[in-house]
Amino acid sequence: MGRLILRGERCDNGLAMSFTVTTCPLVEARAPRADLADFTVRCPEIARAARPGQFIMVRCGDFTLRRPISICDADGDLVRFVFEVRGTGTAWLAERTVGDALDILGPQGNGFTLGDTSRPAVFVGGGIGIFPLLHACKPFGARAAVLLGFRTAGLISMVEDFQAAGADVRLATDDGTAGHHGLVTDLLRARCDAGAVDAIFACGPKPMLRATAAIAEEREIPCQLSLEQRMACGVGACLGCAQKIRRPDGTETYAHVCSDGPVFEASVVVW
Amino acid sequence: MMMTTPNLTVNIAGVTLANPVVTASGTFGFGREYGTLYPLSELGAIAVKGLTLKERPGNAPPRVAETPAGMLNSVGLQNPGVEAFIREELPWLKAQGAVVIANIAGNTIEDYCAMAERLSDTAVDLIELNISCPNVKAGGVAFGTSCASVAAITAAVRGACRKPLIVKLSPNVTDIAEIAVSAVDHGADALSLINTLLGMRIDIATRRPVLANNVGGLSGPAVRPIAVRMVWQVRGRVSVPIIGMGGVATWEDAVEMLLAGANAVAVGTALYADPFASVKITRGLREYLERHGMADVQELVGAVQAH
Repeated sequence: MGRLILRGERCDNGLAMSFTVTTCPLVEARAPRADLADFTVRCPEIARAARPGQFIMVRCGDFTLRRPISICDADGDLVRFVFEVRGTGTAWLAERTVGDALDILGPQGNGFTLGDTSRPAVFVGGGIGIFPLLHACKPFGARAAVLLGFRTAGLISMVEDFQAAGADVRLATDDGTAGHHGLVTDLLRARCDAGAVDAIFACGPKPMLRATAAIAEEREIPCQLSLEQRMACGVGACLGCAQKIRRPDGTETYAHVCSDGPVFEASVVVW
Repeated sequence: MMMTTPNLTVNIAGVTLANPVVTASGTFGFGREYGTLYPLSELGAIAVKGLTLKERPGNAPPRVAETPAGMLNSVGLQNPGVEAFIREELPWLKAQGAVVIANIAGNTIEDYCAMAERLSDTAVDLIELNISCPNVKAGGVAFGTSCASVAAITAAVRGACRKPLIVKLSPNVTDIAEIAVSAVDHGADALSLINTLLGMRIDIATRRPVLANNVGGLSGPAVRPIAVRMVWQVRGRVSVPIIGMGGVATWEDAVEMLLAGANAVAVGTALYADPFASVKITRGLREYLERHGMADVQELVGAVQAH
């Protein structure tokens, strides 16, 4: 293993991986919770190019920076993305309604390398990190075990979508209000004890990712993590979204979440 | 009357730019990302990511934070080093037909001179002396905040440099016009201004600075009035070409910067919201000149009629 790409992937012509900047209509806008928006846009260029784990940069009115949002699903001409309202930019975005045009850049980044989808895989998601796992788990169907962790039952979302994809979904909550009372990584340990796991894919808060990486390392299971960092350009030009990683020769350097990631092999991440 | 296409070319220290819109160093990498959207030859020039003698890993994250009408960055000059640039980036950039401005930063005057000398043997078109980076502890802005140190470093690099030399000025000074005069008197062929303004954001929940470096450089429309004022003040004291930058996002902003006294403008932060901002500004400038029946964009330079 050890896919490690620095300064982004390049095409034969020396350019970075291509992306589109386009204006596309919002065709579905739902609010599963007051602070969560579930949007679908009609955007054939991005929908057809999108790979699981990639993200889009959405322009929010007059704000200086676009907001990076992971692609939850891409199907036909449609791109679905789910985001939490965290500040004034995402609040502006959440107020858009069906028919509004959104200015979107993407798809961007190196997503999950799914490998052999006929083998069992485990997906570990925490909080708002669960959304990109839907696109990734679909090709595995019933061979996907999807372990989702939340602070409390009221924050649980998208379980039906994962079930509709055929996945075996297990829940954990910090306060025990739903599913396992404890951490989602407890579920991961139990799943690994119960039978062979060929691959782990994870997205969520840093402590969860770090614990997931430790479990994967001790059990020698290939593991890919989708990371987050404050981002500006989203295309690899500004070098803002740095993530420390270990090179094959053991030296450390800063890679970039937007162009080298957002998905990294767990073994290269320096915590 | 025959409608003629206005002349958008600009001469910066002997180098002809096809138009007066360049990219600001640090916002455009080495061109490989935004080059997927439009030919790089459509830009007046590309100021590449700041280079140092050896590879620099840059600062710890978080490195960026949005602010009202702007952003802070503390990237810390992450770059592969001047030799890797010459070997791996420059030939490709030149093959795209781009005019290349090599932005250089160092810890010592010797570093700057060594880089200027090395780059003089390459295909770079101009060298931009970065004495205004607010994000590195040694060097950077330390050289750019007094007339004496600006004079010393400009004179030293001038002696080592066989390319046109641009000095990029920091706004974090008491009197930028005095600094500009020092740079020009000691060999600057052109000036770039402004670099970012030192700023800070604090997360009130954690009571910690948002940036891991605590402070960072402020850019974006928030700084534009300061940049316009500084270009105007410097234009009043020097006659060398000025590349004006700081929050330029639209063609109207570019016209304002030219009226203040800039011969060209650089676009940076605006690219993050609209990657096409630079090429749209060029188009907007052309249309503006046509509407006003102007033959040459340079007619705008310094044409503000001050009260």
